[in-house]
Amino acid sequence: MSRTSQDRQTWRQWLLTDTPTSRAHARAVAAYNGWLRLRANHMAMLGLYILLALLLVALLAPWLAPHDPLAQDLANRLQPLGTPGHPLGTDSLGRDILSRMIYGARITLYIVTLVALIAPIVGLLVGTVAGYAGGWTDAILMRVTDIFLAFPRLVLALAFVAALGTGIENAVLAISITAWPPYARIARAETLTFRNSDFIAAIRLQGARPLRIITRHIWPLCLSSLIIRVTLDMAGIILAAAGLGFLGLGAQPPSPEWGAMVAEGRKFILDHWWVSTMPGLAIFTVSLAFNLLGDGMRDVLDPREGKSG
Amino acid sequence: MSEIVLDRLNVWFGEGADRVDAVKGASFTVPSGASFGLVGESGSGKSTILRALVGLVPTWSGRMKVDGVALGRKRPRGFYRDVQMVFQDPYASLHPRHSVDAMLSETLKLHGFRDIDARIVKLLDDVGLGPQFRFRYPHQLSGGQRQRVAIARALAPEPSVLLLDEPTSALDVSVQAEVLNLLTDLRAARGLTYLMVSHNLAVVSHMCEEVAVMQNGEIVEVMSVEDMRAMAPSHPYTSRLLEASMGYRPAG
Repeated sequence: MSRTSQDRQTWRQWLLTDTPTSRAHARAVAAYNGWLRLRANHMAMLGLYILLALLLVALLAPWLAPHDPLAQDLANRLQPLGTPGHPLGTDSLGRDILSRMIYGARITLYIVTLVALIAPIVGLLVGTVAGYAGGWTDAILMRVTDIFLAFPRLVLALAFVAALGTGIENAVLAISITAWPPYARIARAETLTFRNSDFIAAIRLQGARPLRIITRHIWPLCLSSLIIRVTLDMAGIILAAAGLGFLGLGAQPPSPEWGAMVAEGRKFILDHWWVSTMPGLAIFTVSLAFNLLGDGMRDVLDPREGKSG
Repeated sequence: MSEIVLDRLNVWFGEGADRVDAVKGASFTVPSGASFGLVGESGSGKSTILRALVGLVPTWSGRMKVDGVALGRKRPRGFYRDVQMVFQDPYASLHPRHSVDAMLSETLKLHGFRDIDARIVKLLDDVGLGPQFRFRYPHQLSGGQRQRVAIARALAPEPSVLLLDEPTSALDVSVQAEVLNLLTDLRAARGLTYLMVSHNLAVVSHMCEEVAVMQNGEIVEVMSVEDMRAMAPSHPYTSRLLEASMGYRPAG
């Protein structure tokens, strides 16, 4: 009996139908079509695979890392690539670079995830409220945004870390505080283009309150440009965290944060290039993966593109 | 019972030197259950009257009454259950990221209905769309289908007054007739009061019993459709408008 293949056939048809029968069914169809569109974009899938691999590495760090990332071995310092036992060499204190990079994936993911959650949401909130409300609300919110934008990013983050104290959490907070203004600007600009459109007027005529209009009707339209911006910012966020670490205000020295590792290797870059280069390559790869995935996600999130014209 | 009374309505945009008076001293009465047309060229203030009625334009003076209740700066909660509006361009009046189902169910929820699923099916049926359109997005619909969805949304709260802002001007000629017939049928079935804006005199004479002619924000004449068909206007602008609607006439 070909029962299983027949089942799979109907299952697939159920997911690809033109006429869903219920709300849940419609959501499943939309999700499946989105997945198919993402899967058709090979570069986005490459980005997704890289990020999944990173996630896996971060989760399985204790089993994957050949050495303790903090164990020093001064007799074996600055070993080159391919040294037995240390495939990516060792740093200035004889610590295994591969193990440090594997553990560093955890810190990097932690920072990036938190910043990518905080900054765009704060920016979206400020920008859409300013754009939709207009008048004094707009003027006040946007001048505050301008003040934040006027400071060089790292300097402002430094000031916040100095005020809040050192450590990863405060570094995340400081980077988020400096990262939200551009999102607010984008969200406001997008909001201004829709606030007087007929579909917003139409929902106002149903008695909807401003909060509902902003969150249900304006946010979905701002999302795709924000996602692009977030993915483009990822590299900058990792580097800003590294910069703070370098200045002794972010990840503290023994911690194997990638940016801090790059900064640490800077001293030996001419004679022992791999100490900086290996974590640098990791930052580059992850940033690229975010960009590729973000580009694909934008296509998926926009239902206007895709199957029927 | 849903009479609309406008008494010396003024609507303006901007302040000081930038002030533009869009509507100047407009007065008319639409009896309950009637269909009333507002005609005039672009920029004569027709649509502005509708937008002021539903509260989309805050800067107005004069008096507006719907169903005997004078309207203030803010519309009471129940107002939108009685008065709904269909916009001119169905390509702009539907949210591009919301499916038909999401749009109608949100509307029904906002008006406090419970049996949402049954009502959506019924509404789609009323406007001549099958259940297969329920989970479509606006970009998967034609212009006529979109306008039907917009009409379904306006009908969702079961209003007694429908304000129609050139509901067919963005549609193909063949689709225009379909949508106009749908509106005529809906009015007969539900006893709706229509206040319709159009620059197309043929559409107005097909749909309405009485017509107000507007020029530069002022109502120059209110006449019955019979008079209009008989080409018996009393104001020179109206006769020019009627002549223009007869189409191109070679000179000499």
